[in-house]
Amino acid sequence: MSIISKEEAQAIMKKVLSYSKADECTINFSGSEDGNIRYARNSVSTAGEQRQTSLGVSSAFGKKVGIATINEYDDASLEKVVRRSEELANISPESPEYMPVLGPQTYAESITFNAATAALNPDNRAESVGKSLKVAKDAGLEAAGFLENSTGFNAMLNSKGLFAYNKSTDVSFSVTIRNKEGTGSGYASKSYNDTAKMDTLALSRQAAAKANGSAAAKAIEPGKYTVILEPLAASDLISTMFGGFDARSADEGRSYMSKKGGGTRLGEKLFDEKVTMYSDPLNPDLPFSTFAGDGQPQKKTVWVENGVVKKLAYSRYWAQQKGVEPQPSANRIIMEGGKSSIEEMIKGTEKGILVTRFWYIRFVDPQTLLLTGLTRDGTFYIENGKIAFPIKNFRFNESPVIMLNNLEELGKAERVGNLIMPPMKIRDFTFTSLSDAV
Amino acid sequence: MFQSIPVFGREISIEESLTPVDTALKKKMADVALNAARSRGATYTDVRIGRYLNQYVVTRDKNVENIVNTESYGMGIRVIANGSWGYAATDKLDDDSIAKTAALAVQIAKENSRLLTEPVKLAPQKGYGEVSWKAPIQKNAFEVPIKEKADLLLSVNNAALSNGANYMNSILFLVNEQKYFASTDGSYIDQDIHRIWPVFFVTKVDEKSGKFETRQSLSAPMGMGYEYLQSNPKDQINSVTTLYNRGYDMVADAKAAAKQSVEKLTAKSVEPGKYDLILDPSHLWLTIHESCGHPTELDRVLGYEANYAGTSFLTLDKWESKKFNYGSKLVNIFADKTQVGSLGAVGYDDEGVKCKEWNIIQDGILVNYQAIRDQAHIIGLNESQGCCYADNWSSVQFQRMPNISLKPGKQKLSPDDMIKNVEKGIYIIGDGSFSIDQQRYNFQFGGQLFYEIKNGKIVGMMKDVAYQANTQEFWNACTAIADEKDYRLGGSYFDGKGQPGQVSAVSHGSSTSRFNGVNVINTARKL
Repeated sequence: MSIISKEEAQAIMKKVLSYSKADECTINFSGSEDGNIRYARNSVSTAGEQRQTSLGVSSAFGKKVGIATINEYDDASLEKVVRRSEELANISPESPEYMPVLGPQTYAESITFNAATAALNPDNRAESVGKSLKVAKDAGLEAAGFLENSTGFNAMLNSKGLFAYNKSTDVSFSVTIRNKEGTGSGYASKSYNDTAKMDTLALSRQAAAKANGSAAAKAIEPGKYTVILEPLAASDLISTMFGGFDARSADEGRSYMSKKGGGTRLGEKLFDEKVTMYSDPLNPDLPFSTFAGDGQPQKKTVWVENGVVKKLAYSRYWAQQKGVEPQPSANRIIMEGGKSSIEEMIKGTEKGILVTRFWYIRFVDPQTLLLTGLTRDGTFYIENGKIAFPIKNFRFNESPVIMLNNLEELGKAERVGNLIMPPMKIRDFTFTSLSDAV
Repeated sequence: MFQSIPVFGREISIEESLTPVDTALKKKMADVALNAARSRGATYTDVRIGRYLNQYVVTRDKNVENIVNTESYGMGIRVIANGSWGYAATDKLDDDSIAKTAALAVQIAKENSRLLTEPVKLAPQKGYGEVSWKAPIQKNAFEVPIKEKADLLLSVNNAALSNGANYMNSILFLVNEQKYFASTDGSYIDQDIHRIWPVFFVTKVDEKSGKFETRQSLSAPMGMGYEYLQSNPKDQINSVTTLYNRGYDMVADAKAAAKQSVEKLTAKSVEPGKYDLILDPSHLWLTIHESCGHPTELDRVLGYEANYAGTSFLTLDKWESKKFNYGSKLVNIFADKTQVGSLGAVGYDDEGVKCKEWNIIQDGILVNYQAIRDQAHIIGLNESQGCCYADNWSSVQFQRMPNISLKPGKQKLSPDDMIKNVEKGIYIIGDGSFSIDQQRYNFQFGGQLFYEIKNGKIVGMMKDVAYQANTQEFWNACTAIADEKDYRLGGSYFDGKGQPGQVSAVSHGSSTSRFNGVNVINTARKL
């Protein structure tokens, strides 16, 4: 077993701590069990399971730190890993940014573990994939997809008495369905903590409908268009923004959160007032661990409210430099949405483009957060409130910061990957060239 | 696709990393797995025992931020049972755990066989018996004292900071893969592979205007030892900036980078339009990687990557026609896993096939792909091309790109002579932003340094440059390739593919090349 209980983990870590001679010592203990199945050309291709555990010891003498890790848990091995981390600390240069370890903290009870997800096995996975393959075969289409589930634990104990433990599960599924001629392609994907929510059949039907609907796409001229981004497409772009919420990069003048003349844009209205984004470890649809990697408690954090930047992330070191409270990095963001469905948003659009998802997104200019990438797996022209016809894929060059200032409407938010995102209607979205890719 | 630097494995002492695992012990463990799988009904089994060592030395400005040695050691067992693949991996290497893992791999194969449309068909492969291969390095970088490496990076940072940079991050990233492969074909292959990647990032901030510029190192990740950091003049090419071949002067490049990042702040913003592009190998490797390397991967062509990386425009009918005009007649692109100093160089691939060289594009025509054992029969081959790789013992091996390189021009031609003939052009050095569609038609690339060429002369630096093109149109616009004297390798440690995602290291060689009439856009925006 690679998933160790809270009590057992604590007992092993306490034993490790008893060997420590350092000024400060932190022990991190983690393990995972992952299983997956992959398919393509309407047939299973590869599948496997991996299991591993790891225990890491960080020892500090003053500001000299050494880290060593092991995956054997007899007494001799546990003592060896402590000694080795201490030896490494002794030969390491001083780390000027080293922060003393935290004392005991209070954490909310985490909701990241689901027993049914942890119990998934090769048979269950094959069965779920079988449903997806049947959809494609029955419709004369071709499916490729991937189903993966993982269970993990993560624990931390330090010489000041801080102890934290979390157990989590995840299951994720994605499928691409194409027509045999290669002229149409559709995609759907979902991730959950609870496997009961995963419906490979419904998602495969959704991808199949897009494959048929996107066939025989017409080319239209690149340029600026009103777009409706489905939640997946929106998350593809919005997820690139949160690195910029690091206060240090902003203070140093090297992010889009940097202010002309010095300082950060904290407190400024940087986006349309409809934009509110937060993270919450106890959100039932998108939970995460209630403690951060450095032992700080994770709490609900509002990053942007009505378009105003409300929080930046401060490491403990940078917070001390700036005389502010530390704030763990933005994680699993939830963007508040509206009430409309995508269908209703299409109805209210005279002319525009519906985007299923984007692909190969890369930063072009970190200063403005200009991104480039392409539409993929279902792009459609909207005319007079209806989908008129499928169109060929476009390359875009657009900044999500600019995009969130051109925001017309938000629809009903849903979980996509590790974000909760609404569909969004954006005016003047910049497409710069056409692609023949399907 | 490339991913950010992943940190994997457990951390260990340097001394420990220098002691390889005994080959006899690895053979014994492999035999336990082979026998256990066979007894459970596997008709084919291969075992990979991998010890993957990484060392990172990470600095920021005047500080060493992190020194990490990691080791990841374990075994992956791949089987065919009931005609289907199954895979399981473990880091518990006692006989009992190995046998259980082999049984799990067979169980997974049998569960999956009900979803098969046709059984796996492997190209024949002879067993090589007990053989070994070692990368021909001169100096094992893991043996160089940590202090020497940290001091080098701090002097690199100092060179940038004292020449105008505001911030400097530098990293030395070392890899040693000690891989053991055994299969029921009768091979027991022990290999020792080394890679090195020194890299830095200079940032120059103009607080008044709120603008900043960056410049990344012009180094390449290489399949070399520490000798890559011992540059001598014969490894240097004096162009508008100094370029490097088999030896890299990191301090000199940092100094140049700092000055260039200052110059970039006031450089001319490009006027969009058509330009003739002169692309240095430090830039062109990435265009080759994306627009030729990926679309000629046979698994993409067949649809195995449809759900993630995508498929390919280079469909089998184009190859079968023997006249698909991928590029101009000058364009000859070859695959290999044998070039000395390249990231892909290895004796045998991860399914026990001896590595070799073959042509992909010949005189502009698509002539071949990249294949592994279970794909070879699809393109009429009776042996694999040796393109199988897994990034860890815990990952299943699959088709990965070998080194894919552009052959140098046959006529004597230097980059300087090439530039003399350009009326309106841009000389691009270093790789920057990159993006390409899922079938590899439409791409966009940036760079590190852009120089305007007017009437045969470089007239100054430009910025905000990116070019967009269609792969076939772009390679057909190739009108000149410099000769072999200019041939250099670029490459990546982190080519991403597969689900679950895996990375692979690959090199791409080329000489400076010219492409006529390419569409250039301006990437400047205002917030």
